Amino acid sequence: MEGSRLLKDRATEGLSHMHSVGAIAVVVIKELYRRKDFYVLFVLTALITLLMASMSFFNDRQVVRYLKEICLLLIWISSLVIAMVTSARQIPAERESRTIFPLLAKPVTRGQVLLGKFFGCWAATGLALVVFYLFFGVIALSRETEWMLAGYFQAWWLHWWMLGVVIAMVLWGSLVFAAPSSNVTILLVIVVGILLLGRHLGKVAARLSEPMQTIVYVVYYGMPHLEFFDVRDLLTHQWGAIPWWACGLATVYALIYTALFLTGAWWSFQRTNLGER
Amino acid sequence: MSEILKVENLRVEFRVSQREGGRRVAVDGLDLKVSAGEVFGFLGPNGAGKTTTMNVLLGFLPPTQGRAFLFGVDVREPIARQRIGYLPEMTYYYKFLTAEELLRFYGRIFRLPREQAESRIDQLLKLVELEEVRGRPIRTYSKGMQQRVGLAQALINQPDLLILDEPTSGLDPLGRLKVREIIQRLKNEGKTVFFSSHELGEAETVCDRVGIMNQGRLKAIGRISDLVGGNQSSLEQVFLSIIGHPPGDGGQQTPQRPGN
Repeated sequence: MEGSRLLKDRATEGLSHMHSVGAIAVVVIKELYRRKDFYVLFVLTALITLLMASMSFFNDRQVVRYLKEICLLLIWISSLVIAMVTSARQIPAERESRTIFPLLAKPVTRGQVLLGKFFGCWAATGLALVVFYLFFGVIALSRETEWMLAGYFQAWWLHWWMLGVVIAMVLWGSLVFAAPSSNVTILLVIVVGILLLGRHLGKVAARLSEPMQTIVYVVYYGMPHLEFFDVRDLLTHQWGAIPWWACGLATVYALIYTALFLTGAWWSFQRTNLGER
Repeated sequence: MSEILKVENLRVEFRVSQREGGRRVAVDGLDLKVSAGEVFGFLGPNGAGKTTTMNVLLGFLPPTQGRAFLFGVDVREPIARQRIGYLPEMTYYYKFLTAEELLRFYGRIFRLPREQAESRIDQLLKLVELEEVRGRPIRTYSKGMQQRVGLAQALINQPDLLILDEPTSGLDPLGRLKVREIIQRLKNEGKTVFFSSHELGEAETVCDRVGIMNQGRLKAIGRISDLVGGNQSSLEQVFLSIIGHPPGDGGQQTPQRPGN
């Protein structure tokens, strides 16, 4: 009896915490769709996608594939920019405009603020991704013989989880680096580096002598392998969907890294003296 | 009367460069009690430690030594902030939101039921005279209007204790009058108000008691009538003598306007 009441109290308390997290997240989403960044990047992507669509009039499949690749690359770049820029400015903007003070003067913890910011950025980026993928999908599917709905869903899903890891990293960075611009620059280099070179680092380590070999192996096994989430080739070459268990495993992998980075961000936020003048 | 706010032997130190001595004491040995229904003015020149004390009270800053309580709960507990309203100095609220969206957001943080929140938002926008512009983004508001939005957000949860940091800073005379009227109204409703200010006239008008801080220490505390006694003729003269500018020393010296 006592145990079930305790459990009920805990559940009510948990829901109460999530209520504040949700309220903060909604403000972040509103900010994204009221700013112009997303629309500019979407229009740019749409223009190139339409260019791709017009090229298919020549009935050259190779050109269509090539342009699909370019278009997906553009979606990856645009979404990375949206995710990083949006999350990098969250906490610094709260501090600069001093809105962090009336917010934390309410019964809200720093952890809740951080979670609210994370979920807001992640949901907003997810919505932007839906728009990008829908547009790309409609255009591409209108000219393809086979409808690969599962492939499209997996591409969007894995892309979104990959951005979750990046957002958590950037939120932590925003509490470590002094300026949002330095945070975005440094982490953009790291993220692009992982995406392009991450998979080759193991081979590089194998050829090195000690102690560099150990160091590079530690980096290789410790870093989040964001390239795992890149399944653009499925859409470009119309390969079938990947096994669902692999998709689930990648989701768990992203969840672990997101939790790790958010814990780091929470630790940094707890140590920040907001009131120091 | 029950104590709403209590500070015990508070000391706050900041780390500074070794060239400047390695540490700076912002507040030193502060003991303070504010009772229910009181309007307490926390006065002092720039750098006296007023805002630092408020930052500790609101849990933004951990004390180096000592403790602080709101409603008997340690300020480090988020629940201590359930029944307070806070107006910070010079805040620029989310410019992409409208006033009513902003108040709705803070209402959600307090978990106000939707209907109750909506009626409270209507009341508050009327109180701070922003009804006409409630649907306009805050970025289009003047400084005075932003300060009034700030006051409205501080009142969204019908707080029992209101903490105001320089509430009239940067406002024109009409704006100051309006804020003073609101404080007076809250006082009449039996609310407790704790506010910092440089405006001694304002303190004289609305405060039951004042505390005067200088260089991190509480130099004087009590009713204005008790502090202004003997040869002293006004709160300003008491204030100037406490901060080391005796009246007549250097002519017409008045406290400086807030610079930060």
